[in-house]
Amino acid sequence: MLKRLLGVLPVVFGVLLLTFLLVHLVPGDPVEVMLGESATQADRAGLRAALGLDQPLPVQFGHYLLHLAQGDFGRSIHSGADIAGLLAERLPATLRLALLALAIAVLIGLPLGILAALHARRWPDQLATIASLTLSAMPHFWLGPLLMLLFALWLGWLPVSGMEGRWAIVLPALTLGFGLAAILTRMTRASLLEVLHEDYVRTARAKGLPERQVILGHALRAALLPVVTVLGLQLGSLLAGAVITETIFSWDGIGRLLVESIEKRDYPVTQACVLVIALSYVLVNLLTDLVYARLDPRIRFAS
Amino acid sequence: MKHWSGYVLLFWLLAALLGLLLSVSGLALPGFAQADQIDLSRLLALPDSSAWLGRDDLGRDILSRLLEGASVALSVALVVTSITLLFGTLLGLLAGYYGGWLDRLLMQVTDVFLAFPGILLAIAFAAVLGPGLLNLVMALCLTSWVGYARLTRVQALSLRQRQHVQAAESLGASVPRILLRHILPLLAAPLLVEATYGIAGLVIAEASLSFLGLGIQAPHASWGSMLRDGVRYLLVAPHYVLAVGFSLMSLVLAVNVLGDRLRDALDVRRSD
Repeated sequence: MLKRLLGVLPVVFGVLLLTFLLVHLVPGDPVEVMLGESATQADRAGLRAALGLDQPLPVQFGHYLLHLAQGDFGRSIHSGADIAGLLAERLPATLRLALLALAIAVLIGLPLGILAALHARRWPDQLATIASLTLSAMPHFWLGPLLMLLFALWLGWLPVSGMEGRWAIVLPALTLGFGLAAILTRMTRASLLEVLHEDYVRTARAKGLPERQVILGHALRAALLPVVTVLGLQLGSLLAGAVITETIFSWDGIGRLLVESIEKRDYPVTQACVLVIALSYVLVNLLTDLVYARLDPRIRFAS
Repeated sequence: MKHWSGYVLLFWLLAALLGLLLSVSGLALPGFAQADQIDLSRLLALPDSSAWLGRDDLGRDILSRLLEGASVALSVALVVTSITLLFGTLLGLLAGYYGGWLDRLLMQVTDVFLAFPGILLAIAFAAVLGPGLLNLVMALCLTSWVGYARLTRVQALSLRQRQHVQAAESLGASVPRILLRHILPLLAAPLLVEATYGIAGLVIAEASLSFLGLGIQAPHASWGSMLRDGVRYLLVAPHYVLAVGFSLMSLVLAVNVLGDRLRDALDVRRSD
């Protein structure tokens, strides 16, 4: 476990370095790009000094790390607001959205996957396969408008966009959740099918256990282990998917903050959003690995 | 290729070719308007005989723009796949064959790239590089090589131990010869399958970036920017979003299904 924890450190360092270097990828002078052509020489020098761009790169990186360690993400060029404050304001909305999407995905994906595996190569299976294939060919920026059209504009059941009222979260969460449900269905199906051929499942059947207990008590427990890993990996990509989904539904989370900052060329905010999303992803993956190790007796007893 | 996915893919390849031809020549389909021909008297018009799929928010023919968008989507996907396949495979071969510091470095770097979920890193690169076709291709290239490098590396690592490779080594074959003649051919099948899924992913990635305003710029058409414009007029002109969305979905679905079929036919095991 300690080894896994230490193994994350180089990755975190690399993520920090890459996000730091991002701003230096800007073609030409970043200050020029940020301020536009009308800025005075003094403005430019001021911003350059404020961003520390007049110092050598390693020194700048050192400062960047030092500030981050104190929870200081810098200030927005556009509004002058404290970026840490902006993130704290926006992050809860994204987390609410991602967690609801995850719940939706589990509630749809697991039963559908189990159903497909138990009726392999018959119509429930084929239906589930077609549904999950189709859904995985529907990126958020197509599924979102489609759901919006159907449930908000034509049927009028749900709000079109924004964050007012408790129902506003449903459409963006469905948009994010459906794609994950598709992946989950396929994973659960494949994993359960594999387990159903194992000796211990045959033994459970041979000793006369009811089929229900064989599936729920014996097969499913083992089959769900790899599914947990996939869920963990996908929780991170929900955060990335939130970038587009939040933009479509005007959901004020961190994804929309990222897109707004890109439109305003507010590089420090862009950098901070990318960093926070990537680090959350690394953290979730680490937690998934640890949970997996607790769940799987083979790993638990080996270490 | 007697399967619906093959026909759908063929349809879009021809559509893309036609779109490319039209946008390069500046001609229009007979009876239709050019892709960038604005007609302010028919904003968001519903489909009719002069525009089979209707018109967009500037009165332009959606069908013609769809063709241009197809050419952008497929050419970006094919160009990026070719570049990253070449570069990623080469890196993976060298790292897997030589091992040592090169291998450790490659693993460290790819670990960092994989720490960014989905297309987040491509969004970040495109954001700082600025909008435009070339920058879009660059951003996608910077992030798409990782999968090929990892796949090639892990395969080369085990193929290096095979008898025919060791026989070639003891016969004094040069390293390029061993890599290209004795290891690479055995990698062709998994790489082909991976590249097929990669193309589907890139069609979505290009549209995502263009949707966010980071890709193709007006007046040129891209499926992503068309969807973004279409969402704005969803209530009054749903035909706009529907036409683009179903096109994108059919192409991605066809490529993915083709990937599945290739994987099964070539018996490639894929770790998701």
